[in-house]
Amino acid sequence: MRLTTLTLATTLAAGVAYANPVAPGDVTYTEDGAIEASLSGTGGDAEAGAKVASTRSMGNCVACHKISSLDAAFQGEVGPPLDGVADRWNEAELRGIVADAKKTYEGTMMPSFYKTTGFIRPGDGFTGKAPTGELEPLLSAQQIEDVVAFLTTLKAQ
Amino acid sequence: MLKRTTTALAAGLIAVATGGWADPDENQLVVNGDIEITTQAAAPAHLEGLSEIYSGWRFREVDTQATQMDDFDNPAFLAVDAAQEVWNTVEGEAGKSCATCHGDVMESMKGVRATYPKWNGEAEEVRTLAMQINACRTDNLDADAYGYTSGDMTAMEALISVASRGMPVDVAIDGPAQSMWEQGKEMYYTRYGQLELSCANCHEDNYGNYIRADHLSQGQINGFPVYRLKNTKLNASHDRFKGCIRDTRAETFKPGSPEFVALELYVASRGNGLSVEAPSVRN
Ligand code: HEC
Ligand code: HEC
Repeated sequence: MRLTTLTLATTLAAGVAYANPVAPGDVTYTEDGAIEASLSGTGGDAEAGAKVASTRSMGNCVACHKISSLDAAFQGEVGPPLDGVADRWNEAELRGIVADAKKTYEGTMMPSFYKTTGFIRPGDGFTGKAPTGELEPLLSAQQIEDVVAFLTTLKAQ
Repeated sequence: MLKRTTTALAAGLIAVATGGWADPDENQLVVNGDIEITTQAAAPAHLEGLSEIYSGWRFREVDTQATQMDDFDNPAFLAVDAAQEVWNTVEGEAGKSCATCHGDVMESMKGVRATYPKWNGEAEEVRTLAMQINACRTDNLDADAYGYTSGDMTAMEALISVASRGMPVDVAIDGPAQSMWEQGKEMYYTRYGQLELSCANCHEDNYGNYIRADHLSQGQINGFPVYRLKNTKLNASHDRFKGCIRDTRAETFKPGSPEFVALELYVASRGNGLSVEAPSVRN
């Protein structure tokens, strides 16, 4: 009994370094801005990711990107179309772009979806008011994984 | 490898912003078949990020554009007519109306809207048109100030703007106004909020592009106050600034605040050379 508890405790302590989900401040990016490991510790669900990409209150990626396979009205043109994006970037690179695109493209207009600090006058969502507590990232670790899973399906043909 | 991709993409984006498929249209704005409005001009010398400037009118749907081409169709003129009444009506303890001091608004206010915001030497401050209207109300009429973005205020601004319609915006950015102008410029390029977007990201780098359903204009204020079909009333530029900053998931500023006065001064100067177009119609 005693031994089991101890073993468990040790496992937990060892696990802290790669605790899942990884908090926004603890994400490890490669030099080129990619993220090798899943942020949530599990795989993503491409179908859920498609919803995140097309829903205004979630990722709203279609505000800026055209994604032909999505049935979302009024797709934007501020960023490049994402059709075939999986031919251009691998999974780790896509994860990095979605979590914090500024690490891949310096100064890009694309928002950082998994970041909670470093903002100028951040607000409480879209209320225009100051935040009342800690900021949440724009998307959760699992939502990022879901979007990444969806993006990896966007291949030409 | 990575660098090259970024540069190639960036070049692509720039091509879209300046020569792409969703540019401002080529329509011409003549109001009442008479007043020719300049909706496109060479960018003023101080503006490095743009070569041409365009009125927001050029980015709107044809039916919205049409509403502004005749004052009988322009819903803002109900408010203008009401303000004309107010202009001539005695209000406040001093027993005066605007007309007591200024006479015919279309004569005395000609050119005024084109130069605001501007430095007021006596008060030693940069004044927006709204601030000047309130200064006249409190100091000369001995009446209450209007709410900064109230219906009374936007109506009076609209009336005064009509006297300058078709005249080029000509806001001074040097002299004592310069430090405030610099402050406004800095704000214009600051990436506010959790979305980290600046005015320039949307209105300088991406005008002509769609962001979801919205066709991005250059965010010019030569048409303010603006009648918006969306909320069926006249809207002050500070309310627009507030909404745009709020949409970056930021803590916004207050209409009438020193920050927004500075921003208005700067944004107005980006439109130097376009015609005063207020009260305009937008969606
Ligand atoms: C406000 C605009 C905006 C939003 C919202 C946005 N992006 Fe982007 N995105 C961009 C821009 C601009 C680029 C191009 C990078 C650059 O050069 O600055 C880009 C690039 C990308 C790329 C690389 C594209 C390629 O062809 O190589 C991916 C992948 C991507 N975005 C995914 C997403 C996803 C997923 C979302 C939503 C969760 C999203 N974006 C939301 C503006 C945006
Ligand atoms: C996320 C994108 C975005 C940002 C950032 C943004 N705006 Fe806007 N703005 C819009 C959209 C969309 C509209 C409506 C369509 C249009 O007129 O461009 C608009 C409209 C305007 C208008 C009305 C123009 C007209 O002709 O009626 C003004 C003025 C304006 N913005 C100024 C600003 C200023 C100043 C800032 C920075 C404080 C700013 N905007 C930041 C998206 C943005």
